[in-house]
Amino acid sequence: MWFTLDNLATAHDTHEGAAHSSTGLSNVKLGMWLFLGTECLLFGGLISTYMLYRGRVGTGPRPSQVFDIPFTSVSSFVLLMSSLTMVLAVSSAHKRDDKSTNLWLVITALLGATFVGGQVYEFTAFYNEGMGFSTSLFSSSFYVLTGFHGVHVTVGLIMLLALRGMLKNNKVPGSRAETVEMIGLYWHFVDIVWIIIFTLIDLIPA
Amino acid sequence: MANIENFATPSSAMGALKRPVVTKGWREWVFTVDHKKLGIMYMATAMFFFLVGGLEAVLIRLQLALPDGKILNADLYNQMFTMHATTMVFLFVMPMTAGFANYFIPLQIGARDVAFPRINAFSFWALLFGGLFINLSWFLGGAADGGWFMYAPNSGPIFSPSHGVDFWALGLQITGIASLAGAINLIVTILNMRAPGMKLMRMPIFTWMSLVVQFLLAFAVPVITVALFLLSFQRNYGATFFDVASGADPLLWQHLFWIFGHPEVYILILPSFGIISEVLPVFSRKPLFGYPFVVFSGAAIGFVGWGVWAHHMFASGLGPVSVAVFSISTMAIAVPTGVKIVNWTLTLWGGKLWFTTAMKFAIGLIVLFTIGGLSGVTHSVAPSDTQQTDTYYIVAHFHYVLFGGAVLGLFSGFYYWWPKMFGKMLNEKLGSWNFWFMVIGLNMTFGPMHILGLQGQPRRMYQWTENRAGEGFFNLAFWNLVASIGSLILVIGVFFFLVNVFITARSGKVSPLDPWGARSLEWMTSNPPKEHNFDSIPTVRHLDEFFHRKYAEDANGQMQQIATAEEVLKQLEDNADAHIHMPSPSYWPIVLAFGLPITALGVIYSVPLAIFGGVIILFSAFGWALEPSTAPDTDFDPPSSGDTSKDVVHVG
Repeated sequence: MWFTLDNLATAHDTHEGAAHSSTGLSNVKLGMWLFLGTECLLFGGLISTYMLYRGRVGTGPRPSQVFDIPFTSVSSFVLLMSSLTMVLAVSSAHKRDDKSTNLWLVITALLGATFVGGQVYEFTAFYNEGMGFSTSLFSSSFYVLTGFHGVHVTVGLIMLLALRGMLKNNKVPGSRAETVEMIGLYWHFVDIVWIIIFTLIDLIPA
Repeated sequence: MANIENFATPSSAMGALKRPVVTKGWREWVFTVDHKKLGIMYMATAMFFFLVGGLEAVLIRLQLALPDGKILNADLYNQMFTMHATTMVFLFVMPMTAGFANYFIPLQIGARDVAFPRINAFSFWALLFGGLFINLSWFLGGAADGGWFMYAPNSGPIFSPSHGVDFWALGLQITGIASLAGAINLIVTILNMRAPGMKLMRMPIFTWMSLVVQFLLAFAVPVITVALFLLSFQRNYGATFFDVASGADPLLWQHLFWIFGHPEVYILILPSFGIISEVLPVFSRKPLFGYPFVVFSGAAIGFVGWGVWAHHMFASGLGPVSVAVFSISTMAIAVPTGVKIVNWTLTLWGGKLWFTTAMKFAIGLIVLFTIGGLSGVTHSVAPSDTQQTDTYYIVAHFHYVLFGGAVLGLFSGFYYWWPKMFGKMLNEKLGSWNFWFMVIGLNMTFGPMHILGLQGQPRRMYQWTENRAGEGFFNLAFWNLVASIGSLILVIGVFFFLVNVFITARSGKVSPLDPWGARSLEWMTSNPPKEHNFDSIPTVRHLDEFFHRKYAEDANGQMQQIATAEEVLKQLEDNADAHIHMPSPSYWPIVLAFGLPITALGVIYSVPLAIFGGVIILFSAFGWALEPSTAPDTDFDPPSSGDTSKDVVHVG
């Protein structure tokens, strides 16, 4: 988050800068892509850990005993739809249509919050079915992987809401469209990671 | 002339907390976002930790000098070697190379600052606070004691009951955040902010090697981040990721650690390769031999460096296919390294050699790194490596490449660039003492370790006994004593450097503009450089641009001087940009960085403290986001002269 919030601020340096930079990309955009590149390695490590341990349930419940695939499918669908509304927000921002930008950002945040809420619900249900954090290697690695993703979505929510407030009060220091686009990049990344996680956890049998 | 005088007083952004208004005295350093000041702060921090790590090393050697050492008990000895390695790797060499990169990359590519100046300040403070946080454990129940690669089960609560490992894991997370932020920042700077005409293949080698290093950091750090999180969850929240009794696979830690750890080795050495690739041509009076080969072999090391990690794990029973693959890739990575050695040697060949201290250290690197490189190749032969694993032979190897390689390169950089950074020349005579004591000391310390290791002395053993030391030329007693005496000679060498710095600061010779007859862009400005680096951004037409502005071929194809350094500089000054806005100082980087160790302390001791740290982080993140990186004109107090020029962060 430290990084993305800096984007908000340093967009100022580069709002006319793309043409000046050596690569033609603005500093902020290049930095954001690099940051997302590092995130791939982070999730790569977490996913590897989960794949190694997903069959090691010990005396705890097996994945098929606790997972509620229809429920997770619905919340995954909600998250994917938030990518669509994010695209609409970016598009409105480029058209300098503040009203629609505002609207789409709020809808994106609502969809994201629905997903996080669903995750909290699922975690509670799993816990009640006897799958605590330290129950088995499977449960620990499951909670770490999906928990890290949930934290990423939550950070995205904070950024979306902060961005909406800053847009409304005209406090974005720099290019508004680019700032919306940067948060959009982060948001799409988090969605794409979820597609991978959902596929590996729920769709491919252990 | 630039109106940078105005930049000292930007104010207001967040209402409650205004921007730093005064930038004099200590505030000039604490709130700065200037890449040169931050570079110096990185280097000073690294030097401090070098002395801390050195003290730990001396205690280790004193303990092992004689049989049945009594200076440290077994527990303290474990902490000592763990923290020695952690300090030297994460808190000395990495920050020192970050300091060089911070200071010299913008100068070498003709930029006025880095891409994200406040993130740069944040990286420094996070590194400093992270380093202090790790060392805080000494005073709070004992430091980490599982060895720097912290294998399970030694990292678990049974074998390491103190909070040392918790401090270690969380502290490395903090320095990891610093490295990651720094890496992204410097990659964007190098790719995006080059002066007009500064194509990639005209970039100075130090910048090139730093670019490779920053990519390695960007992709290696997240892997250890995962490993450290898993370790912290295991120690603090009851997970069992590395606990064999619970069915876990302890090799998971080894893989995650070394996928980070082996690129880390190149993160440590490549900056020094870059430094001596600048130093050798200057003091040989020749261009670097085979510039593209040096660039591409550096990049090749960067790529192949990802495919060799398991050679650290040959003894763990990986299976014949894995062992064969990693053996071969390890042999392969010696090739680009060898290419570099050949290039440096041929740079010297036929040159007019000038044996300054910087040059001596650079040549020292070539010789000693080669020794370490060769013992490294012996590790790629798996059967032989299985015999050597966890013996002093390994210790000898990585000290030759890290001390004989990385550290000598850094010292070469000190002597070469000191006039650039401080406007004064380090004393050459003391430099010579510094060099010879260090080189003799390090060979005496680490040379005998080859013998100790091949004779079977395990590393990390806190005592050895007389009756098992053997007899004759290869007896352990004699060589342990030699190594310990060598470490004291090494200390004297470092002491000469500190004396040199002290004397130079007090009464050093003022440096001429171009003391060495240098070749690259960082010398095309005053010593020390102006706040904004260059009065006008130079247009680059050549590799070694500065050299080509001073010398040109005459009718006979001979190089003739056409301009002095002073004339080159004057030309830039005469065409000075009318208005230059530098990025403004800010409170937020240090405040945000301060939230990290507070949160980490909270994770160990109390949840409310962690929440308090989190609030600091969130609050400062918002303050940061709402504050423009360069203060707008209306934000100056008193208002600036009314011109609206800006965007110097982004010349290029």
